Amino acid sequence: MDIAISVAGLRKKYGETEVLKGIDLAVEAGTVYGLLGPNGAGKTTIVRTLATLLKPDAGTATVAGFDVLRQPQEVRRSIGLTGQYAALDAGLTGRENLVLVATLMHLGRRRARARAAEVLEMFDLTHAADRPVRTYSGGMRRRLDLGASLTGNPPVIFLDEPTTGLDPVSRIALWELVRKQVAEGVTVLLTTQYLEEADQLAHRIAVIDKGRLAAEGAPADLKRTVGGERLEITVRAPEMALAAQAALARVSSVGCAPPVVDEDGLRVSVALENGIAGVSAAAQELQQASVEVVDFLVRRPSLDDVFLELTGHHKGELETANR
Amino acid sequence: MKSYILGDSLALFGRHMTLLKRAPQRILHVTLMPIMFVILFGYLFGSSMTVPSGDYHSYIMAGVFIQIMLASVVNTGVGVATDLKNGLVDRFRSLPMAQVSVLLGRTFSDVLLNVISCVLMLSVGLVIGWRIESNVIKATEGFLLVLLLGFTMTWIGCMIGLLVREPQGVNAVAMMVTMPSTFLSSTFYPLNNLPDWLQAIAQWSPMTTVATALRELWGNPTGNGADPALPLRYPVLSSALMLSALLVVVIPLTTRAYDRAARKG
Ligand SMILES: Nc1ncnc2c1ncn2[C@@H]1O[C@H](COP(=O)(O)OP(=O)(O)OP(=O)(O)O)[C@@H](O)[C@H]1O
Ligand SMILES: [Mg+2]
Repeated sequence: MDIAISVAGLRKKYGETEVLKGIDLAVEAGTVYGLLGPNGAGKTTIVRTLATLLKPDAGTATVAGFDVLRQPQEVRRSIGLTGQYAALDAGLTGRENLVLVATLMHLGRRRARARAAEVLEMFDLTHAADRPVRTYSGGMRRRLDLGASLTGNPPVIFLDEPTTGLDPVSRIALWELVRKQVAEGVTVLLTTQYLEEADQLAHRIAVIDKGRLAAEGAPADLKRTVGGERLEITVRAPEMALAAQAALARVSSVGCAPPVVDEDGLRVSVALENGIAGVSAAAQELQQASVEVVDFLVRRPSLDDVFLELTGHHKGELETANR
Repeated sequence: MKSYILGDSLALFGRHMTLLKRAPQRILHVTLMPIMFVILFGYLFGSSMTVPSGDYHSYIMAGVFIQIMLASVVNTGVGVATDLKNGLVDRFRSLPMAQVSVLLGRTFSDVLLNVISCVLMLSVGLVIGWRIESNVIKATEGFLLVLLLGFTMTWIGCMIGLLVREPQGVNAVAMMVTMPSTFLSSTFYPLNNLPDWLQAIAQWSPMTTVATALRELWGNPTGNGADPALPLRYPVLSSALMLSALLVVVIPLTTRAYDRAARKG
């Protein structure tokens, strides 16, 4: 197995605040690797370091076999970067933007033009190719930006929150494009705040929290640690919350956090397992404990739950708030 | 990597030319103010300005050309800050290109913008009755000096843009360069209009030197009086030296600022 991106002990400080506190990653070639984390976790900082835009304070990183500090030019030849915000010249047309990037990747005049046309076609932008980018919608800009990073056919691409601000249709279309790239052997490092997106695309996921790796593994493994469906019930009176908590503790996922009572003292939530059987067992327990449930909701684990379970700091804040 | 500098700079030069073609009104942004100055100063206040051994109309044109070149500071600075802000510099940084081309493409394209502005201003000047009273060679030398000044101001603009990083902030900082350059020098009025202590400062301003050089090369009155400061006695040589020295300092500083700015983001 080929490692396309490897990171060891990566640290970065901005002034006094340490933003990356020792990150280790290994991304297998030809796979999608998802960096998941809340705002300010350090995802963009990792991507910018790997794309040679930032110098780390400590640690090493190689991309496509090249050291980001010692061989930045070789790294740049091997990567495409789509930053968190579209990096385009709004005064140029879509085609001109792509030709410029292709030229600066030294494709040569003729091939630059041909490649630009290809990328426009690929991203369904041919109809708008000769309009200034300032007339593009947000989704079109995102697509063009992604196209720009693929112009040089790089073996490794970095996508920093590529679908933020896209409508569901464009989001799915973009996922499709990423999958196509990966099928051709491209390695993708992707950051996202959406568990679903990581779930859909990534072979492996790293959960980053406050500059540290909170968890790492295949999406299925991560979800297992989070548990299955979440059940959230609302009881009629606060006195019943404790009984409900005890009842649900008997059905909660093994290895997961016990049921939690919300700040208002009325809502109790728990991670279930075994799908519908788990829901039914929970209902029975609640009835036997004579808890009056006025509202209930079963939902899939969200990114919030991942953090609750993996990092514990949101939950910790909740629990102290309860005391 | 060296071999890419020319090609990459040309590609980015092309980018700026396309933008200029698409928004030619930018030339007016640079030249409108100076044209107003020519009209206001030349016609309205002109009669109250006295120039030793010459008239004010032929005096003011050198100052106007200088003002157009000073406008490069804002013009270039805003462009650079905008590229930084909208992430284009990040994109460039992630490409295997010669990074210095980002600055070279920008500064040389702004020199071309300056050439166009000069032609426009030259026509306006000729229409309102300004004349170059020397020969073709000296006149050309004068215009080359104007462009050298513009080139220097463009680099200063780049540096300000990279340090300020906010397109809106550039204007205020650029003013700190352009205002004293304009008003603490003989660009628009002979120094004998200033109080003595200001005269002493303004005599050594590079803008006074350049203005004097231009007036001398174009056969216009210099308005400097009998015993000017040392640089004003050899104005062309002094101007060339001063501007070259500025460039030698500013270009490496700007390149460094680019490196740092790109790594901050
Ligand atoms: N240039 C900078 N100067 C100072 N602090 C910075 C700078 N860039 C980022 N930071 C800080 O570093 C931390 C990590 O930022 P980063 O952009 O990597 O987070 P992120 O995970 O990408 O967040 P988001 O989901 O909001 O994009 C944040 O606390 C941010 O404020
Ligand atoms: Mg980010």
